[in-house]
Amino acid sequence: MTRRQLIRHAGWFGGAVVLTVAGGEVFSHIAGSRGSSAEAATGTGGALRFVQVSDSHIGFHGPANMDVVGSFTEAIDQVNTLGFRPDFVMHSGDLTHLSTTDQFDQVRQMMTGLRTDRVFTVPGEHDSIGDAGRAYRQVFGEGTLGDGWYSFDTHGVHFIALVNTLRLEKLGHLGTEQIDFVRKDLAGLSSDTPIVVFSHIPLFAMYPRWGWSTDDALKVIALLRRFSSVTCLNGHVHQLFTKTDGNITFHSATTTAYPLPKPGRAPAPTPQVVPARQLKAALGIRTVGYRQGDRELAIKDERLA
Amino acid sequence: MSMPTGSPKTGTAADAPVTGDVVAIKNFAFSPATLKVTTGTTVTWTNQDTDAHTVTSAGSDGPLHSPALATHATYSYRFTKPGTYAYLCSIHPFMTAKVEVTR
Repeated sequence: MTRRQLIRHAGWFGGAVVLTVAGGEVFSHIAGSRGSSAEAATGTGGALRFVQVSDSHIGFHGPANMDVVGSFTEAIDQVNTLGFRPDFVMHSGDLTHLSTTDQFDQVRQMMTGLRTDRVFTVPGEHDSIGDAGRAYRQVFGEGTLGDGWYSFDTHGVHFIALVNTLRLEKLGHLGTEQIDFVRKDLAGLSSDTPIVVFSHIPLFAMYPRWGWSTDDALKVIALLRRFSSVTCLNGHVHQLFTKTDGNITFHSATTTAYPLPKPGRAPAPTPQVVPARQLKAALGIRTVGYRQGDRELAIKDERLA
Repeated sequence: MSMPTGSPKTGTAADAPVTGDVVAIKNFAFSPATLKVTTGTTVTWTNQDTDAHTVTSAGSDGPLHSPALATHATYSYRFTKPGTYAYLCSIHPFMTAKVEVTR
């Protein structure tokens, strides 16, 4: 138990996800079909710090947030004034509300304002309406595999970005091809390689009645069990939630658009209309930091300033 | 599977098949959940929610493929073959329902 992962909550609300790992390697690329798993950086020095933003729903118009563009702009400004330049920013899905070309173009342009080396995304179900994610991939799919999944390494951490919004049958779904990808992707990795997995819909059963689960996620979880430090980061549920299962920890992120009810506290996951002050408190960004030597992962969620 | 309370439609009455040609999309549910029609019937769905929904066949080979339906938007489909047509809202896939088509 000496190397057990230690989760340190710097605050219930924080800002971005900053992974801090000793290992001054140049920031990564999206791994293609070759050699994605054997590039764990070694060395000393560089700390990895990244940001997660989620569920911006560009194109949403409703009383729950009359200005989602303004809220996302504020979130971007907050990322840009964190006091450090994140190694990358991950948007964990529902970039748009209705998957239209204009909405994808708008969110892509907005994200070019992020001061970071690289922006990654995974699709949400709102980014996959009617076309199994084709319009999403036209804008955000470059360099990805299959239906848009990929992995990459940086600072000694292995990242996997999964797509579980394309073939929904009540719950999120990964599919055989993607699970095979994960199996091969992890095969060559040492069990002490820190793993971070991104998906839009939670990989754990947060509230299946509202679709807040992924029906075949246990097949991926089984592949992750041997690793001593696994962090799964998702969006979709528009609220912070954490669950620990052995060495695997799940963190649902909040949204930049509008809150959803807590599980079962409403008849349906309808966008919640709250007073302006409460809305801002419900929105936010996340930073994560990870330090390789002591295997310490720091996740910090910050409400929108 | 144990669930917290708050289900809007666990009663048998809500799930009983209904004859007709319209389906309301309301409070994140299709009503009726089971619609019975005869071949040749055109069924029309109307979104009465403030959020968007779709009418999308379950599985990849079904015929129902609505666009995202904004508030008050409608979608129609004419059923020409008997069978059971399961569908869902692709944005909120826990919303499931079916149309039973007989001769």
